[in-house]
Amino acid sequence: MVSARARNLALLGALVALLIAFPFVVRGAYPKQVAILVLLYGALGSAWNVVGGYVGRISLGHAAFFGIGAYVTMWLMTAQHITPWIGMAVGSLGAAGLALLIGWPTLRLKGHYFAMATIALGEVLRIVFNDWAFVGGASGLEAPIHVSWATLTFRSQTPYYFIALAFAVLTAGLVAFYVEGKAGYYWQAIRGDESAAASLGVDTARYKMNGLVLSAGVTGLWGGFFAVHVGFVNPDSVFDILISVQMVLVAVLGGIGSLVGPWLGALILLPLGELTRVALGGSGRGVDLLLYALVIVLITVLQPGGILALWRRHGTPRGS
Amino acid sequence: MALLEVRDLTKAFGGLLANDHLSFDVEEGEVLALIGPNGAGKTTLFNCITGQSRPTSGTVAFHGRDITGRAPSATARAGLMRTFQIPRSFTQMSVLDNVMVGALLWERRVGPARERASSVLEMVGLEDRRYVPAGSLNVAGRKRLGLARALATRPTLLLLDEVAGGLNPTEVEALLQVLDRIHGSGVTLVLVEHVLEVVMRMARRVLVLDYGRLIAEGAPGDIVHDDRVIEAYLGRRHAAG
Repeated sequence: MVSARARNLALLGALVALLIAFPFVVRGAYPKQVAILVLLYGALGSAWNVVGGYVGRISLGHAAFFGIGAYVTMWLMTAQHITPWIGMAVGSLGAAGLALLIGWPTLRLKGHYFAMATIALGEVLRIVFNDWAFVGGASGLEAPIHVSWATLTFRSQTPYYFIALAFAVLTAGLVAFYVEGKAGYYWQAIRGDESAAASLGVDTARYKMNGLVLSAGVTGLWGGFFAVHVGFVNPDSVFDILISVQMVLVAVLGGIGSLVGPWLGALILLPLGELTRVALGGSGRGVDLLLYALVIVLITVLQPGGILALWRRHGTPRGS
Repeated sequence: MALLEVRDLTKAFGGLLANDHLSFDVEEGEVLALIGPNGAGKTTLFNCITGQSRPTSGTVAFHGRDITGRAPSATARAGLMRTFQIPRSFTQMSVLDNVMVGALLWERRVGPARERASSVLEMVGLEDRRYVPAGSLNVAGRKRLGLARALATRPTLLLLDEVAGGLNPTEVEALLQVLDRIHGSGVTLVLVEHVLEVVMRMARRVLVLDYGRLIAEGAPGDIVHDDRVIEAYLGRRHAAG
Protein backbone atom coordinates (compact mmCIF):
# COMPACT_ATOMS: atom_id res chain seq x y z
CA MET A 1 0.00 0.00 0.00
CA VAL A 2 2.72 2.44 1.09
CA SER A 3 5.04 1.44 -1.74
CA ALA A 4 2.23 1.84 -4.30
CA ARG A 5 1.59 5.30 -2.90
CA ALA A 6 5.27 6.20 -3.07
CA ARG A 7 5.42 4.93 -6.65
CA ASN A 8 2.39 6.99 -7.62
CA LEU A 9 3.88 10.11 -6.03
CA ALA A 10 7.15 9.53 -7.89
CA LEU A 11 5.25 9.13 -11.16
CA LEU A 12 3.30 12.29 -10.44
CA GLY A 13 6.49 14.20 -9.67
CA ALA A 14 8.10 13.04 -12.92
CA LEU A 15 4.97 14.04 -14.83
CA VAL A 16 4.94 17.54 -13.33
CA ALA A 17 8.66 17.95 -14.07
CA LEU A 18 8.00 16.94 -17.66
CA LEU A 19 5.13 19.42 -17.92
CA ILE A 20 7.31 22.22 -16.52
CA ALA A 21 10.09 21.41 -18.98
CA PHE A 22 7.70 21.24 -21.96
CA PRO A 23 7.64 24.93 -23.04
CA PHE A 24 11.46 25.14 -22.83
CA VAL A 25 11.96 22.07 -24.98
CA VAL A 26 9.23 22.62 -27.52
CA ARG A 27 9.56 25.77 -29.66
CA GLY A 28 6.78 27.77 -31.23
CA ALA A 29 3.43 29.01 -29.99
CA TYR A 30 1.19 26.40 -31.58
CA PRO A 31 2.23 23.29 -29.56
CA LYS A 32 1.89 25.34 -26.38
CA GLN A 33 -1.55 26.45 -27.42
CA VAL A 34 -2.57 22.82 -27.97
CA ALA A 35 -1.05 21.92 -24.59
CA ILE A 36 -3.11 24.69 -22.96
CA LEU A 37 -6.23 23.24 -24.59
CA VAL A 38 -5.35 19.78 -23.26
CA LEU A 39 -4.94 21.17 -19.73
CA LEU A 40 -8.15 23.19 -20.07
CA TYR A 41 -10.28 20.28 -21.24
CA GLY A 42 -8.56 17.78 -18.95
CA ALA A 43 -9.55 20.03 -16.04
CA LEU A 44 -13.07 20.65 -17.37
CA GLY A 45 -13.52 16.90 -17.88
CA SER A 46 -12.30 16.26 -14.32
CA ALA A 47 -14.73 18.81 -12.93
CA TRP A 48 -17.58 17.38 -15.02
CA ASN A 49 -16.58 13.89 -13.89
CA VAL A 50 -17.36 14.74 -10.24
CA VAL A 51 -21.03 15.07 -11.16
CA GLY A 52 -21.18 12.81 -14.22
CA GLY A 53 -18.82 10.07 -13.08
CA TYR A 54 -19.08 9.99 -9.28
CA VAL A 55 -22.49 11.39 -8.32
CA GLY A 56 -23.90 9.74 -11.45
CA ARG A 57 -25.82 12.69 -12.89
CA ILE A 58 -25.02 13.31 -16.56
CA SER A 59 -24.86 17.06 -17.15
CA LEU A 60 -25.03 18.37 -20.69
CA GLY A 61 -25.05 21.98 -19.57
CA HIS A 62 -21.71 22.58 -17.90
CA ALA A 63 -21.05 25.33 -20.43
CA ALA A 64 -23.38 27.38 -18.21
CA PHE A 65 -20.83 27.37 -15.38
CA PHE A 66 -17.98 27.86 -17.82
CA GLY A 67 -19.70 30.84 -19.41
CA ILE A 68 -20.59 32.46 -16.08
CA GLY A 69 -16.95 32.24 -15.00
CA ALA A 70 -15.82 33.70 -18.33
CA TYR A 71 -18.35 36.54 -18.37
CA VAL A 72 -17.84 37.53 -14.72
CA THR A 73 -14.07 37.68 -15.22
CA MET A 74 -14.30 39.63 -18.45
CA TRP A 75 -16.99 42.02 -17.25
CA LEU A 76 -15.06 42.85 -14.07
CA MET A 77 -11.97 43.51 -16.17
CA THR A 78 -13.56 45.62 -18.90
CA ALA A 79 -16.23 47.50 -16.94
CA GLN A 80 -14.70 47.68 -13.45
CA HIS A 81 -10.96 47.43 -14.22
CA ILE A 82 -10.62 44.62 -11.73
CA THR A 83 -7.70 42.29 -12.35
CA PRO A 84 -8.70 38.87 -13.71
CA TRP A 85 -6.85 37.27 -10.80
CA ILE A 86 -9.72 38.47 -8.65
CA GLY A 87 -12.16 38.13 -11.54
CA MET A 88 -11.47 34.42 -11.96
CA ALA A 89 -12.04 33.83 -8.24
CA VAL A 90 -15.31 35.79 -8.36
CA GLY A 91 -16.31 33.98 -11.56
CA SER A 92 -15.66 30.66 -9.88
CA LEU A 93 -17.82 31.69 -6.93
CA GLY A 94 -20.49 32.93 -9.35
CA ALA A 95 -20.59 29.57 -11.09
CA ALA A 96 -20.76 27.81 -7.71
CA GLY A 97 -23.62 30.14 -6.74
CA LEU A 98 -25.47 29.28 -9.93
CA ALA A 99 -24.99 25.60 -9.07
CA LEU A 100 -26.56 26.19 -5.65
CA LEU A 101 -29.57 27.83 -7.27
CA ILE A 102 -30.00 25.36 -10.08
CA GLY A 103 -29.04 22.25 -8.07
CA TRP A 104 -31.94 22.55 -5.70
CA PRO A 105 -34.64 21.85 -8.32
CA THR A 106 -32.60 19.73 -10.77
CA LEU A 107 -30.64 17.34 -8.54
CA ARG A 108 -33.78 15.49 -7.59
CA LEU A 109 -34.05 14.52 -11.26
CA LYS A 110 -32.34 11.40 -12.55
CA GLY A 111 -31.13 9.99 -15.86
CA HIS A 112 -32.42 11.68 -18.98
CA TYR A 113 -34.39 14.24 -17.03
CA PHE A 114 -31.33 15.71 -15.34
CA ALA A 115 -29.52 15.76 -18.69
CA MET A 116 -32.45 17.59 -20.31
CA ALA A 117 -32.69 20.14 -17.50
CA THR A 118 -28.99 20.93 -17.79
CA ILE A 119 -29.20 21.33 -21.59
CA ALA A 120 -31.95 23.85 -20.96
CA LEU A 121 -29.81 25.71 -18.41
CA GLY A 122 -26.92 26.15 -20.84
CA GLU A 123 -29.13 27.16 -23.73
CA VAL A 124 -31.19 29.61 -21.69
CA LEU A 125 -28.04 31.37 -20.55
CA ARG A 126 -26.71 31.52 -24.12
CA ILE A 127 -29.92 33.11 -25.35
CA VAL A 128 -30.16 35.54 -22.42
CA PHE A 129 -26.56 36.71 -22.84
CA ASN A 130 -27.13 37.03 -26.58
CA ASP A 131 -29.82 39.66 -25.98
CA TRP A 132 -28.38 41.32 -22.91
CA ALA A 133 -26.83 44.65 -23.90
CA PHE A 134 -25.29 45.13 -20.45
CA VAL A 135 -22.77 42.37 -21.22
CA GLY A 136 -22.34 43.27 -24.86
CA GLY A 137 -25.13 41.22 -26.40
CA ALA A 138 -24.18 38.95 -29.29
CA SER A 139 -20.84 40.67 -29.84
CA GLY A 140 -19.77 40.07 -26.23
CA LEU A 141 -16.94 41.68 -24.31
CA GLU A 142 -13.39 42.30 -25.46
CA ALA A 143 -10.39 42.79 -23.18
CA PRO A 144 -8.23 45.87 -23.68
CA ILE A 145 -4.76 45.01 -24.93
CA HIS A 146 -2.38 45.97 -22.19
CA VAL A 147 0.42 43.49 -21.66
CA SER A 148 1.01 42.79 -17.96
CA TRP A 149 0.64 40.12 -15.27
CA ALA A 150 -2.14 42.16 -13.69
CA THR A 151 -4.31 41.98 -16.80
CA LEU A 152 -3.05 38.51 -17.72
CA THR A 153 -2.27 39.68 -21.21
CA PHE A 154 0.90 38.31 -22.77
CA ARG A 155 2.42 38.16 -26.23
CA SER A 156 3.78 34.68 -25.64
CA GLN A 157 1.87 31.48 -24.90
CA THR A 158 4.37 30.45 -22.22
CA PRO A 159 2.89 32.44 -19.29
CA TYR A 160 -0.59 31.17 -20.18
CA TYR A 161 0.79 27.66 -20.27
CA PHE A 162 2.20 27.98 -16.75
CA ILE A 163 -0.99 29.50 -15.38
CA ALA A 164 -2.95 26.65 -16.95
CA LEU A 165 -0.49 24.15 -15.50
CA ALA A 166 -0.82 25.64 -12.01
CA PHE A 167 -4.63 25.60 -12.29
CA ALA A 168 -4.49 22.02 -13.58
CA VAL A 169 -2.47 20.91 -10.56
CA LEU A 170 -4.95 22.75 -8.33
CA THR A 171 -7.90 21.11 -10.10
CA ALA A 172 -6.43 17.60 -9.98
CA GLY A 173 -5.51 18.01 -6.31
CA LEU A 174 -8.90 19.39 -5.31
CA VAL A 175 -10.86 16.71 -7.16
CA ALA A 176 -8.61 13.92 -5.83
CA PHE A 177 -8.94 15.27 -2.27
CA TYR A 178 -12.73 15.06 -2.36
CA VAL A 179 -13.06 11.90 -4.45
CA GLU A 180 -10.71 9.92 -2.22
CA GLY A 181 -12.30 11.23 0.95
CA LYS A 182 -15.67 10.70 2.57
CA ALA A 183 -17.48 12.64 -0.17
CA GLY A 184 -16.14 10.31 -2.87
CA TYR A 185 -17.54 7.24 -1.14
CA TYR A 186 -20.88 8.95 -0.59
CA TRP A 187 -21.04 10.15 -4.21
CA GLN A 188 -20.43 6.65 -5.52
CA ALA A 189 -23.02 5.24 -3.14
CA ILE A 190 -25.54 7.78 -4.45
CA ARG A 191 -24.69 6.77 -8.02
CA GLY A 192 -25.13 3.10 -7.09
CA ASP A 193 -28.46 3.30 -5.23
CA GLU A 194 -29.63 6.60 -3.86
CA SER A 195 -32.25 5.32 -1.42
CA ALA A 196 -29.94 2.59 -0.12
CA ALA A 197 -27.36 5.31 0.51
CA ALA A 198 -29.97 7.36 2.38
CA SER A 199 -30.85 4.35 4.53
CA LEU A 200 -27.19 4.21 5.62
CA GLY A 201 -27.42 7.77 6.88
CA VAL A 202 -26.07 9.57 3.81
CA ASP A 203 -27.61 13.02 3.45
CA THR A 204 -28.02 12.50 -0.29
CA ALA A 205 -29.37 15.97 -1.10
CA ARG A 206 -26.44 17.64 0.63
CA TYR A 207 -23.78 15.46 -0.98
CA LYS A 208 -25.25 15.77 -4.47
CA MET A 209 -25.20 19.54 -3.99
CA ASN A 210 -21.60 19.52 -2.71
CA GLY A 211 -20.55 17.63 -5.81
CA LEU A 212 -22.32 19.97 -8.20
CA VAL A 213 -21.00 23.09 -6.45
CA LEU A 214 -17.40 21.81 -6.50
CA SER A 215 -17.76 20.86 -10.16
CA ALA A 216 -19.29 24.21 -11.11
CA GLY A 217 -16.74 26.23 -9.13
CA VAL A 218 -13.81 24.56 -10.89
CA THR A 219 -15.54 24.91 -14.27
CA GLY A 220 -16.15 28.62 -13.61
CA LEU A 221 -12.49 29.18 -12.73
CA TRP A 222 -11.45 27.71 -16.08
CA GLY A 223 -14.10 29.78 -17.84
CA GLY A 224 -12.34 32.86 -16.45
CA PHE A 225 -8.97 31.57 -17.61
CA PHE A 226 -10.36 30.83 -21.08
CA ALA A 227 -11.77 34.37 -21.33
CA VAL A 228 -8.47 36.08 -20.56
CA HIS A 229 -6.52 33.66 -22.72
CA VAL A 230 -8.68 34.37 -25.75
CA GLY A 231 -9.08 38.01 -24.71
CA PHE A 232 -12.72 38.05 -25.61
CA VAL A 233 -16.04 36.38 -24.74
CA ASN A 234 -19.35 36.15 -26.52
CA PRO A 235 -22.33 33.84 -25.96
CA ASP A 236 -21.33 31.42 -28.71
CA SER A 237 -17.74 31.12 -27.52
CA VAL A 238 -18.54 30.14 -23.94
CA PHE A 239 -22.16 28.94 -23.70
CA ASP A 240 -22.06 26.72 -26.79
CA ILE A 241 -23.51 23.27 -26.09
CA LEU A 242 -20.49 21.82 -27.92
CA ILE A 243 -18.36 22.94 -24.95
CA SER A 244 -20.62 20.93 -22.64
CA VAL A 245 -20.41 17.97 -25.00
CA GLN A 246 -16.62 18.19 -25.24
CA MET A 247 -16.38 17.97 -21.42
CA VAL A 248 -18.48 14.80 -21.52
CA LEU A 249 -16.42 13.37 -24.37
CA VAL A 250 -13.02 13.72 -22.73
CA ALA A 251 -14.33 12.24 -19.47
CA VAL A 252 -16.27 9.37 -21.02
CA LEU A 253 -13.67 8.39 -23.62
CA GLY A 254 -10.83 8.66 -21.11
CA GLY A 255 -12.64 6.71 -18.43
CA ILE A 256 -15.67 7.96 -16.56
CA GLY A 257 -15.55 7.81 -12.77
CA SER A 258 -11.75 7.73 -12.56
CA LEU A 259 -9.33 10.47 -11.57
CA VAL A 260 -6.95 10.00 -14.50
CA GLY A 261 -9.53 9.30 -17.22
CA PRO A 262 -10.53 12.87 -18.18
CA TRP A 263 -6.89 14.00 -18.46
CA LEU A 264 -6.10 11.01 -20.64
CA GLY A 265 -9.19 11.69 -22.74
CA ALA A 266 -8.15 15.30 -23.26
CA LEU A 267 -4.58 14.28 -24.06
CA ILE A 268 -5.85 12.10 -26.90
CA LEU A 269 -8.93 13.97 -28.16
CA LEU A 270 -7.70 17.58 -28.27
CA PRO A 271 -4.49 16.96 -30.28
CA LEU A 272 -6.47 14.61 -32.50
CA GLY A 273 -9.03 17.31 -33.18
CA GLU A 274 -6.25 19.79 -33.97
CA LEU A 275 -4.41 17.29 -36.14
CA THR A 276 -7.41 16.41 -38.29
CA ARG A 277 -8.31 20.09 -38.56
CA VAL A 278 -4.83 21.13 -39.69
CA ALA A 279 -4.42 18.20 -42.06
CA LEU A 280 -7.87 18.13 -43.60
CA GLY A 281 -9.85 21.11 -42.34
CA GLY A 282 -8.84 23.54 -45.07
CA SER A 283 -10.83 21.77 -47.72
CA GLY A 284 -14.05 23.08 -46.21
CA ARG A 285 -15.82 19.75 -46.58
CA GLY A 286 -15.76 18.83 -42.91
CA VAL A 287 -13.59 15.76 -43.51
CA ASP A 288 -11.69 16.55 -40.32
CA LEU A 289 -14.85 16.42 -38.25
CA LEU A 290 -15.86 13.14 -39.89
CA LEU A 291 -12.53 11.58 -39.00
CA TYR A 292 -12.72 12.99 -35.46
CA ALA A 293 -16.20 11.54 -35.05
CA LEU A 294 -15.05 8.20 -36.46
CA VAL A 295 -12.34 7.92 -33.79
CA ILE A 296 -14.88 8.70 -31.07
CA VAL A 297 -17.26 6.07 -32.40
CA LEU A 298 -14.44 3.50 -32.62
CA ILE A 299 -13.34 4.10 -29.02
CA THR A 300 -16.94 3.86 -27.84
CA VAL A 301 -17.55 0.60 -29.66
CA LEU A 302 -14.22 -1.10 -28.98
CA GLN A 303 -13.58 0.21 -25.47
CA PRO A 304 -16.86 1.09 -23.74
CA GLY A 305 -15.12 1.59 -20.38
CA GLY A 306 -12.95 4.35 -21.85
CA ILE A 307 -9.30 4.31 -22.82
CA LEU A 308 -8.35 3.77 -19.19
CA ALA A 309 -10.07 0.38 -19.27
CA LEU A 310 -7.19 -0.84 -21.47
CA TRP A 311 -4.79 -0.31 -18.57
CA ARG A 312 -7.26 -1.54 -15.98
CA ARG A 313 -7.81 -4.83 -17.74
CA HIS A 314 -4.15 -5.74 -17.41
CA GLY A 315 -3.57 -4.07 -14.07
CA THR A 316 -4.57 -4.92 -10.54
CA PRO A 317 -8.02 -4.04 -9.20
CA ARG A 318 -8.30 -0.81 -7.30
CA GLY A 319 -7.60 -0.91 -3.59
CA SER A 320 -5.65 -4.17 -3.53
CA MET B 1 -39.50 3.11 28.39
CA ALA B 2 -39.08 0.72 25.51
CA LEU B 3 -36.39 1.28 22.89
CA LEU B 4 -38.92 1.44 20.06
CA GLU B 5 -42.57 2.29 20.59
CA VAL B 6 -45.01 1.92 17.73
CA ARG B 7 -48.46 3.33 18.46
CA ASP B 8 -51.58 2.95 16.34
CA LEU B 9 -49.50 2.89 13.17
CA THR B 10 -51.59 2.80 10.00
CA LYS B 11 -50.43 2.83 6.40
CA ALA B 12 -53.08 2.98 3.69
CA PHE B 13 -52.46 2.46 0.00
CA GLY B 14 -55.72 3.77 -1.44
CA GLY B 15 -58.39 1.63 0.20
CA LEU B 16 -55.96 -1.07 1.30
CA LEU B 17 -54.70 -0.96 4.87
CA ALA B 18 -51.20 -2.45 4.68
CA ASN B 19 -50.72 -1.65 8.37
CA ASP B 20 -53.91 -1.39 10.41
CA HIS B 21 -53.53 0.37 13.78
CA LEU B 22 -50.43 -1.52 14.90
CA SER B 23 -49.11 -0.98 18.41
CA PHE B 24 -46.13 -2.77 19.94
CA ASP B 25 -42.86 -2.17 21.78
CA VAL B 26 -39.34 -3.39 21.23
CA GLU B 27 -37.31 -3.64 24.43
CA GLU B 28 -33.63 -2.84 24.52
CA GLY B 29 -31.49 -5.96 24.00
CA GLU B 30 -34.24 -8.31 22.82
CA VAL B 31 -34.66 -10.27 19.61
CA LEU B 32 -38.16 -9.85 18.26
CA ALA B 33 -39.44 -11.74 15.24
CA LEU B 34 -42.20 -10.49 13.01
CA ILE B 35 -43.90 -13.18 10.97
CA GLY B 36 -46.93 -13.46 8.76
CA PRO B 37 -47.97 -14.59 5.29
CA ASN B 38 -46.83 -12.70 2.19
CA GLY B 39 -48.60 -9.38 1.94
CA ALA B 40 -49.23 -9.16 5.68
CA GLY B 41 -47.55 -5.76 5.81
CA LYS B 42 -44.17 -6.61 7.35
CA THR B 43 -41.96 -4.75 4.91
CA THR B 44 -44.38 -1.81 4.87
CA LEU B 45 -44.03 -1.65 8.64
CA PHE B 46 -40.21 -1.52 8.33
CA ASN B 47 -40.56 1.21 5.70
CA CYS B 48 -42.75 3.26 8.02
CA ILE B 49 -40.39 2.84 10.98
CA THR B 50 -37.18 3.78 9.16
CA GLY B 51 -38.73 6.52 7.02
CA GLN B 52 -38.75 4.97 3.54
CA SER B 53 -42.48 5.70 3.59
CA ARG B 54 -44.59 7.94 5.75
CA PRO B 55 -47.32 6.37 7.89
CA THR B 56 -50.89 7.54 7.22
CA SER B 57 -51.45 7.89 10.96
CA GLY B 58 -49.91 6.79 14.23
CA THR B 59 -46.50 7.39 15.75
CA VAL B 60 -43.08 5.80 16.02
CA ALA B 61 -40.83 6.71 18.95
CA PHE B 62 -37.20 5.70 19.32
CA HIS B 63 -35.41 6.21 22.66
CA GLY B 64 -38.62 8.01 23.70
CA ARG B 65 -38.31 10.59 20.91
CA ASP B 66 -40.92 10.88 18.19
CA ILE B 67 -39.37 10.00 14.84
CA THR B 68 -42.54 9.53 12.80
CA GLY B 69 -42.04 10.43 9.16
CA ARG B 70 -38.35 11.34 9.54
CA ALA B 71 -36.16 10.81 6.49
CA PRO B 72 -34.21 7.52 6.32
CA SER B 73 -30.90 9.36 6.69
CA ALA B 74 -32.18 10.92 9.94
CA THR B 75 -33.43 7.65 11.45
CA ALA B 76 -30.13 6.04 10.46
CA ARG B 77 -28.22 8.71 12.36
CA ALA B 78 -30.46 8.13 15.38
CA GLY B 79 -29.20 4.51 15.46
CA LEU B 80 -32.12 2.84 13.70
CA MET B 81 -30.91 0.74 10.79
CA ARG B 82 -32.51 -1.73 8.41
CA THR B 83 -31.54 -4.17 5.70
CA PHE B 84 -33.54 -4.82 2.55
CA GLN B 85 -35.33 -7.97 1.51
CA ILE B 86 -33.76 -7.67 -1.93
CA PRO B 87 -30.15 -6.78 -1.14
CA ARG B 88 -29.28 -3.35 -2.50
CA SER B 89 -25.55 -3.24 -3.04
CA PHE B 90 -23.53 -0.50 -4.66
CA THR B 91 -22.60 -3.02 -7.34
CA GLN B 92 -19.70 -1.13 -8.92
CA MET B 93 -17.96 -0.52 -5.60
CA SER B 94 -15.86 -3.15 -3.89
CA VAL B 95 -17.27 -5.06 -0.90
CA LEU B 96 -14.97 -3.09 1.41
CA ASP B 97 -15.99 0.26 -0.11
CA ASN B 98 -19.67 -0.67 0.30
CA VAL B 99 -19.17 -1.22 4.01
CA MET B 100 -17.10 1.97 4.26
CA VAL B 101 -20.15 3.94 3.17
CA GLY B 102 -21.79 2.69 6.35
CA ALA B 103 -18.69 3.19 8.50
CA LEU B 104 -18.30 6.81 7.36
CA LEU B 105 -21.50 7.77 9.19
CA TRP B 106 -19.55 8.40 12.40
CA GLU B 107 -16.12 8.90 10.91
CA ARG B 108 -14.85 11.76 8.78
CA ARG B 109 -11.56 10.17 7.82
CA VAL B 110 -11.20 7.33 5.37
CA GLY B 111 -8.45 5.43 7.25
CA PRO B 112 -10.35 4.69 10.48
CA ALA B 113 -13.52 3.98 8.45
CA ARG B 114 -11.57 1.36 6.49
CA GLU B 115 -10.46 -0.29 9.74
CA ARG B 116 -14.00 -0.29 11.07
CA ALA B 117 -15.30 -1.73 7.78
CA SER B 118 -12.64 -4.45 7.80
CA SER B 119 -13.53 -5.56 11.32
CA VAL B 120 -17.24 -5.67 10.44
CA LEU B 121 -16.44 -7.76 7.35
CA GLU B 122 -14.62 -10.23 9.60
CA MET B 123 -17.67 -10.35 11.86
CA VAL B 124 -19.95 -11.40 8.99
CA GLY B 125 -17.33 -13.63 7.35
CA LEU B 126 -16.73 -11.65 4.16
CA GLU B 127 -13.16 -10.57 4.89
CA ASP B 128 -11.64 -12.64 2.07
CA ARG B 129 -13.97 -11.06 -0.51
CA ARG B 130 -13.27 -7.47 0.45
CA TYR B 131 -11.70 -6.38 -2.85
CA VAL B 132 -14.18 -7.97 -5.26
CA PRO B 133 -16.93 -5.80 -6.75
CA ALA B 134 -20.14 -6.12 -4.73
CA GLY B 135 -22.00 -7.01 -7.92
CA SER B 136 -20.08 -10.28 -8.20
CA LEU B 137 -21.35 -11.67 -4.86
CA ASN B 138 -24.06 -14.36 -4.82
CA VAL B 139 -27.32 -13.91 -2.87
CA ALA B 140 -25.88 -15.18 0.40
CA GLY B 141 -22.89 -12.88 0.00
CA ARG B 142 -25.05 -9.88 -0.77
CA LYS B 143 -27.24 -10.53 2.27
CA ARG B 144 -24.13 -10.60 4.43
CA LEU B 145 -22.88 -7.45 2.75
CA GLY B 146 -26.17 -5.70 3.54
CA LEU B 147 -25.78 -6.83 7.13
CA ALA B 148 -22.16 -5.62 7.27
CA ARG B 149 -23.03 -2.23 5.81
CA ALA B 150 -25.81 -1.76 8.34
CA LEU B 151 -23.59 -2.87 11.23
CA ALA B 152 -20.83 -0.49 10.19
CA THR B 153 -23.10 2.43 11.11
CA ARG B 154 -23.09 1.22 14.77
CA PRO B 155 -26.87 0.84 15.09
CA THR B 156 -28.71 0.40 18.39
CA LEU B 157 -31.63 -1.31 16.68
CA LEU B 158 -31.32 -3.36 13.53
CA LEU B 159 -34.36 -4.33 11.46
CA LEU B 160 -33.56 -7.33 9.27
CA ASP B 161 -35.91 -7.96 6.35
CA GLU B 162 -35.72 -11.65 5.40
CA VAL B 163 -32.01 -11.85 5.96
CA ALA B 164 -32.13 -15.68 5.67
CA GLY B 165 -34.40 -15.81 2.63
CA GLY B 166 -32.94 -17.67 -0.35
CA LEU B 167 -30.09 -19.22 1.64
CA ASN B 168 -29.33 -22.94 1.78
CA PRO B 169 -29.26 -24.73 5.19
CA THR B 170 -25.47 -24.43 5.55
CA GLU B 171 -25.64 -20.72 4.83
CA VAL B 172 -28.53 -20.32 7.30
CA GLU B 173 -26.48 -22.06 9.98
CA ALA B 174 -23.52 -19.73 9.34
CA LEU B 175 -25.84 -16.72 9.34
CA LEU B 176 -27.32 -17.72 12.70
CA GLN B 177 -23.85 -17.60 14.23
CA VAL B 178 -23.31 -14.15 12.74
CA LEU B 179 -26.66 -12.95 14.13
CA ASP B 180 -25.74 -14.37 17.54
CA ARG B 181 -22.50 -12.40 17.48
CA ILE B 182 -24.33 -9.23 16.47
CA HIS B 183 -26.87 -9.65 19.24
CA GLY B 184 -24.08 -10.47 21.66
CA SER B 185 -22.40 -7.16 20.82
CA GLY B 186 -25.45 -5.36 22.23
CA VAL B 187 -27.57 -4.69 19.14
CA THR B 188 -31.33 -5.09 19.50
CA LEU B 189 -32.77 -7.10 16.60
CA VAL B 190 -36.14 -7.20 14.88
CA LEU B 191 -36.39 -9.95 12.28
CA VAL B 192 -38.92 -10.23 9.52
CA GLU B 193 -38.41 -13.83 8.60
CA HIS B 194 -39.99 -16.74 6.76
CA VAL B 195 -37.25 -19.18 7.67
CA LEU B 196 -38.72 -20.70 10.81
CA GLU B 197 -35.36 -22.09 11.91
CA VAL B 198 -34.09 -18.54 12.38
CA VAL B 199 -37.22 -17.42 14.23
CA MET B 200 -37.20 -20.38 16.61
CA ARG B 201 -33.49 -20.13 17.38
CA MET B 202 -33.10 -16.37 17.65
CA ALA B 203 -36.32 -14.81 18.90
CA ARG B 204 -37.65 -14.74 22.45
CA ARG B 205 -40.88 -13.10 21.33
CA VAL B 206 -42.86 -13.31 18.09
CA LEU B 207 -45.46 -10.96 16.64
CA VAL B 208 -47.78 -12.31 13.96
CA LEU B 209 -49.19 -10.00 11.29
CA ASP B 210 -52.04 -10.83 8.95
CA TYR B 211 -53.75 -8.43 6.56
CA GLY B 212 -52.00 -5.53 8.27
CA ARG B 213 -53.23 -6.41 11.76
CA LEU B 214 -51.46 -7.92 14.77
CA ILE B 215 -53.22 -11.23 15.33
CA ALA B 216 -50.98 -12.92 17.88
CA GLU B 217 -48.00 -12.42 20.14
CA GLY B 218 -46.01 -14.86 22.23
CA ALA B 219 -43.00 -17.10 22.65
CA PRO B 220 -41.93 -18.89 19.45
CA GLY B 221 -42.81 -22.33 20.85
CA ASP B 222 -46.39 -21.24 21.65
CA ILE B 223 -47.00 -19.19 18.55
CA VAL B 224 -46.58 -22.11 16.13
CA HIS B 225 -49.47 -23.89 17.87
CA ASP B 226 -51.74 -20.84 17.96
CA ASP B 227 -54.97 -21.44 16.01
CA ARG B 228 -55.11 -17.90 14.64
CA VAL B 229 -51.58 -18.24 13.30
CA ILE B 230 -52.23 -21.60 11.66
CA GLU B 231 -55.40 -20.20 10.15
CA ALA B 232 -53.54 -17.19 8.76
CA TYR B 233 -50.95 -19.39 7.07
CA LEU B 234 -52.99 -22.45 6.10
CA GLY B 235 -56.64 -21.41 6.13
CA ARG B 236 -59.56 -22.11 8.46
CA ARG B 237 -59.87 -25.83 7.75
CA HIS B 238 -56.51 -26.65 9.30
CA ALA B 239 -56.91 -24.45 12.34
CA ALA B 240 -59.39 -26.53 14.26
CA GLY B 241 -57.45 -29.79 13.78
